[in-house]
Amino acid sequence: MSSRGHLEGKLFLSGDEASAEGAISAGCRFFAGYPITPATEIAERMSDRLPEVGGTYIQMEDELASMAAILGASCGGVKAMTATSGPGFSLMMENIGLGVMLETPCVVVNIQRAGPSTGLPTLTGQGDMMQARWGSHGCYSIIALAPNSPQDVYDLTIKAFNLSERYRVPVLVMSEAAIGHMYEKVVIPPVSEIETVDRRKPSVSPDEYLPFEPDADLIPPMANAGDGYRFHVTGLTHDERGYPAMNAEAQDKLIRRLVDKIEKNSNDIIELEEDGIDDAEVVVCSYGVSARVSVIAVERARSEGIRAGMIRLITVWPFPEDRIREIARQVKAFVVPEINYGQMVLEVERCAGNVAKTILVPHMGGTVHNPETILDAIKQAVK
Amino acid sequence: MSTVTANIETHPLDTYLRVDRLPHIWCPGCGLGTALSCFIRGLLKSGLDLDKVAVVSGIGCAGRVAGYIKLDSFHTTHGRAIPFATGLKLANPELEVVVFSGDGDLAAIGGNHLIHAGRRNLDMTVICVNNFNYGMTGGQLGPTTPLGARTTTSRLGNIENPFNISYLAAASGAVYVARWTTAQVRELERAITEALLKKGFSFVEVISPCPIYYGRMNRQSTGLEQMRYYRNSIVRHGTDPSEVGIDLDGQIIVGKFVDIDRPYLPRPPDGDDGSTT
Repeated sequence: MSSRGHLEGKLFLSGDEASAEGAISAGCRFFAGYPITPATEIAERMSDRLPEVGGTYIQMEDELASMAAILGASCGGVKAMTATSGPGFSLMMENIGLGVMLETPCVVVNIQRAGPSTGLPTLTGQGDMMQARWGSHGCYSIIALAPNSPQDVYDLTIKAFNLSERYRVPVLVMSEAAIGHMYEKVVIPPVSEIETVDRRKPSVSPDEYLPFEPDADLIPPMANAGDGYRFHVTGLTHDERGYPAMNAEAQDKLIRRLVDKIEKNSNDIIELEEDGIDDAEVVVCSYGVSARVSVIAVERARSEGIRAGMIRLITVWPFPEDRIREIARQVKAFVVPEINYGQMVLEVERCAGNVAKTILVPHMGGTVHNPETILDAIKQAVK
Repeated sequence: MSTVTANIETHPLDTYLRVDRLPHIWCPGCGLGTALSCFIRGLLKSGLDLDKVAVVSGIGCAGRVAGYIKLDSFHTTHGRAIPFATGLKLANPELEVVVFSGDGDLAAIGGNHLIHAGRRNLDMTVICVNNFNYGMTGGQLGPTTPLGARTTTSRLGNIENPFNISYLAAASGAVYVARWTTAQVRELERAITEALLKKGFSFVEVISPCPIYYGRMNRQSTGLEQMRYYRNSIVRHGTDPSEVGIDLDGQIIVGKFVDIDRPYLPRPPDGDDGSTT
């Protein structure tokens, strides 16, 4: 196969293929994965494409290994990604926690299918949204993005890499079968127009370097293995030197920083798409493919004279608490369609409090919502 | 300050240790200190650029080695040292990657990764310290506990067949397999140097005393008694690894069992895949 390098122009790609191209555009040069429906096409494309751009593809023995391998690759100085679906995502949880603790930049794509367990391997779902936030044990914060089209998958995979390098945290791209297997036009800009972010390197000598001493923004500069820093990192609670510190004070200091570096920078991280909020009496809050279906319902509601608006969560974690609280003060209700039995709705409800009603439009998975069910909920909300 | 104290503070290997982390956590009579010093000496003899050596450990007593050695070192999750090291090596092939961990970490919870790294013939060195039990958690039955041995979870004697991990590594595809005990430090050092310089998946099994947990339960309650037992090992280079299983009280067979060449990962850019010697 000829070496194609960066693919610029208008392409007809599935969400899965767009994810692979987004990764390559972002500078990803290592992929470790394990085949799983409906994410397999990402691995297949990466196995073709990475050698063309000087990268490495490795098919690991399972998802535990895939997640561990991308952390190792990233510690070696190479931007790294894996892709999976529900069962594999569950297996990755332990090492996602290691990535949080070692503050290792990397991207995990979850093309969600309906669960639990083996569930509906080929059919869509959004049941892993809370697992994305809380799935690994212990207390931490993480970043997760939810694309709603192949173009969005491409763009958000680049954004995911940039956020992971900037904040030194695994970033999750929470897509789903309906988007991963959807083919649409994807525009890939010239390399010169793609903004990429690289991890901040230490500015001190190896003798002075402390691997977990943060800068003012709470993020420590990162040395790569082989750079001559001879640093140590551990999944144990540790101090600035990276040495284990088995006491409550060290735990308090470390965990607060790991959470605060995300939460206190949430204004920089969070991206939302809003439409018709200003005069809205009811706002549909959704994400991913459900947001696409919601747009139809909101348009129909408007045509029937209902002042409906739409907010799409592009960033699902950290959750846009401030904005939801703000909107809650001006609307009667939020309508939250999602392909699960109520996950992100819990966050909306928490922020809306007693100020605005929250109405869940659940779907157990296998297909997407009928816009009529969302429209019905909008009508119920304004009654 | 007395001269004696000063001498203790300037151990010849201090340069290669994070001395500000000492004393270490290992029990009196444990073989891990010996295994670590053999590793450092073997590493120095290899002539490798230490800035390009990375050590990856899993969880357990042996897993703490990554924290004591003053190199780029990664203390990862239980069982996942090998896949972490796989990513590190493939992404940055100029690194010499060493996995230093225990038998429980590598052969039980991480057993799948061990056999697949062997299958791939991934160019790394695995130093597996085998103390026949889970020491960190207080001496439970492990994948290498000999038949009949008592542990805190097999008080009447182990009824499960153990892994012969040198055989497991060889069967999986390792191109270098050696076993020594911590009573044979020169041989162990030499094996580690050879393993480090070998292209492909090298596996060094280090039989190590655990008098506090394993020994105490099995009539070898001091490090000295365990070391006497290990000194009684039979050196038999080139033995078929399938024949070096370890019985509860039998003589341990040590030596270099495998030293072959076959294609390895990552493939070197010049096209020499190591398949010919």
